[in-house]
Amino acid sequence: MTAITVIDEPEDPLRRAPLVEGKNDFASVTETIARVAEKRTPRGWYLMFGISIALLLNLGAAVGYLVFTGVGVWGNNVPVGWGWPIVNFVFWIGIGHAGTLISAVLFLFRQKWRTSINRASEAMTIFAVMAAGIFPAIHVGRIWVIYWVFPLPNQMAMWPNFKSPLLWDVFAVSTYFTISALFWYVGLVPDLATFRDRAAKAGRMVAARAYGLFAMGWHGSNRHWIHYEKAYMILAGLSTPLVLSVHSIVSFDFAVSLLPGWHTTIFPPYFVAGAIFSGFGMVLTLMIPARKWLGLHELITLNHLDNIAKILLLTGTMVGYAYGMEFFIAWYSGVEYEQFAFINRATGPYWWSYWIMVSCNVISPQFFWFRSLRRNPTVLFIISIFVNIGMWFERFVITVTSLHRDFLPSSWAYFSPTLIDILTYVGSFGLFFTMFLLFCRFLPILAISEIKGVMPEADPHHGHGHGHDDNHGGEPSSNPTH
Amino acid sequence: MATADATSSRWGIVAEFDSAAAIYEAAKKTTDEGYSRVDAHTPFPVHGIDDQLKQRPSGLGWIVVCCGLTGILLAQLMMWWMNAVDYPIWVSGKTPYAWPTTIPITFELMVLLSGFGAVFGMFGLNRLPRLHHPIFKHSSIHRASDDRFFLSIEATDPKFDSAATKSFLEGIGGTNVEIVED
Repeated sequence: MTAITVIDEPEDPLRRAPLVEGKNDFASVTETIARVAEKRTPRGWYLMFGISIALLLNLGAAVGYLVFTGVGVWGNNVPVGWGWPIVNFVFWIGIGHAGTLISAVLFLFRQKWRTSINRASEAMTIFAVMAAGIFPAIHVGRIWVIYWVFPLPNQMAMWPNFKSPLLWDVFAVSTYFTISALFWYVGLVPDLATFRDRAAKAGRMVAARAYGLFAMGWHGSNRHWIHYEKAYMILAGLSTPLVLSVHSIVSFDFAVSLLPGWHTTIFPPYFVAGAIFSGFGMVLTLMIPARKWLGLHELITLNHLDNIAKILLLTGTMVGYAYGMEFFIAWYSGVEYEQFAFINRATGPYWWSYWIMVSCNVISPQFFWFRSLRRNPTVLFIISIFVNIGMWFERFVITVTSLHRDFLPSSWAYFSPTLIDILTYVGSFGLFFTMFLLFCRFLPILAISEIKGVMPEADPHHGHGHGHDDNHGGEPSSNPTH
Repeated sequence: MATADATSSRWGIVAEFDSAAAIYEAAKKTTDEGYSRVDAHTPFPVHGIDDQLKQRPSGLGWIVVCCGLTGILLAQLMMWWMNAVDYPIWVSGKTPYAWPTTIPITFELMVLLSGFGAVFGMFGLNRLPRLHHPIFKHSSIHRASDDRFFLSIEATDPKFDSAATKSFLEGIGGTNVEIVED
């Protein structure tokens, strides 16, 4: 070749960028991640936690007022019987999906870059599903009989109607929450053992006991790792169809009805793509400040952000395709109600919400065609906020614009949220951020053992065949597993 | 503690290694030497070491399959009995038991029970939780969750001999080779 030496970042596209940057070894990875939970609580954390708790109390107050007064405190009214509560439910459950995609789907596809973002994303999933679960529960109006949705013996001697997609949703969401929590916990066990051992070494016995209890006595035995890796693989294999089923079933809540604007077969894939899009948006919203404030930039590198931006571009364009295809099918169906529903969506009284949705979800990710923008955390953060806003509006558009023009013009109405609607929604962020801040404070926010497993020195043949696997390769090429 | 009684209370010998490559080699040498009650203790699963330690693959899959099938059966029985036998519900123009409408819940319960099988089965096979374990008495074992790799040979191994095993582990590059009491 020529005499030109490239000292800067290698541009060979076949060469894998390092997953962990800087001069890091196993001990420094442990140190970087454990330090986040071990150092003195920063002032900023108290500030954010205070705000989150205030919002959470606000949620409690809004829900309490609702329960004591009735669903009339919301803007929901005929014909818009599904207002903000269902919009918020779908919004939050969608956000959860990126966590499962990162933890399960990217695991099955051997995308090793997932290791530094999977833990926090799975936590995000669990907290988002918690926030989501509140809304259908309070939306039933009489929350004290919510147990009727479960197949439990009750005073009416009746069983639930298993033919209803709403009941499928009960099973889908509760299974999703349970499996996500278990998957997250299994991943945490070796890292909790790390925290336990560090706490014991430093003489912090309360912390050592607490972490030790949840670490279950893990001591890294290879006999344990064999079962552990199998369990992890199986959970990933189960979670992958599960996550697709959850948002498909959420979309059935709409698609199985006969309402123009809802009754479409594109809904399941379109909802899943949208869910992944919104979830990755939220991952960026959370991870960009976290990596900056917690000093994790060598573990969550620009390459990670770049990859997330590519997924946003892909899924944003997919939802854009779905928006277009809905119009095409409405026109092609020849059904005037369908045609009206869609033209009304884009040009009717809620035109503004439709165009907010299109601008945020379809246009804003197009900036990610440019590498420099994909690698600029400020730009990424701003667009991630747009994605969050846009995906909330998508659910608003689907729910409200399809309902506000009923078949009879005499029933037409314009939905407006009440103060309680707004307080409940804002309060759900309080729940989400309270949980997330507690997680950031007390738990290993990055998967310590998994990150070590993808470092070049984790390969047992590392340093033997020189040139076969260089020090910068993030991936030990001789061992394609894990 | 060097009394005759101490022999019976020995759990095994534990040696420390400083890299994944070192423990990989040491594991092979140990099993080649004829030791059978050998285990590695590592901060992350070291790939290919299962074969070096002559440890069998996990049978967890079978537990999960059984749980998954139970989930399918349970879901079908539940929906059939509740909606078609105990209190038949005629709704949306479908027979009380209409199999296509049962698919989503059947799938969800299959996943739920399989997930329970995978997680609780894994802990069961690993005999966890077990908060106390003799190996925690080793002086540097806390680094097994950080950056060091440990090899243990249990006292129940037929080839185990305190002095010989200790010098063998030192001979293959182990440091901090310690006899761990039960």
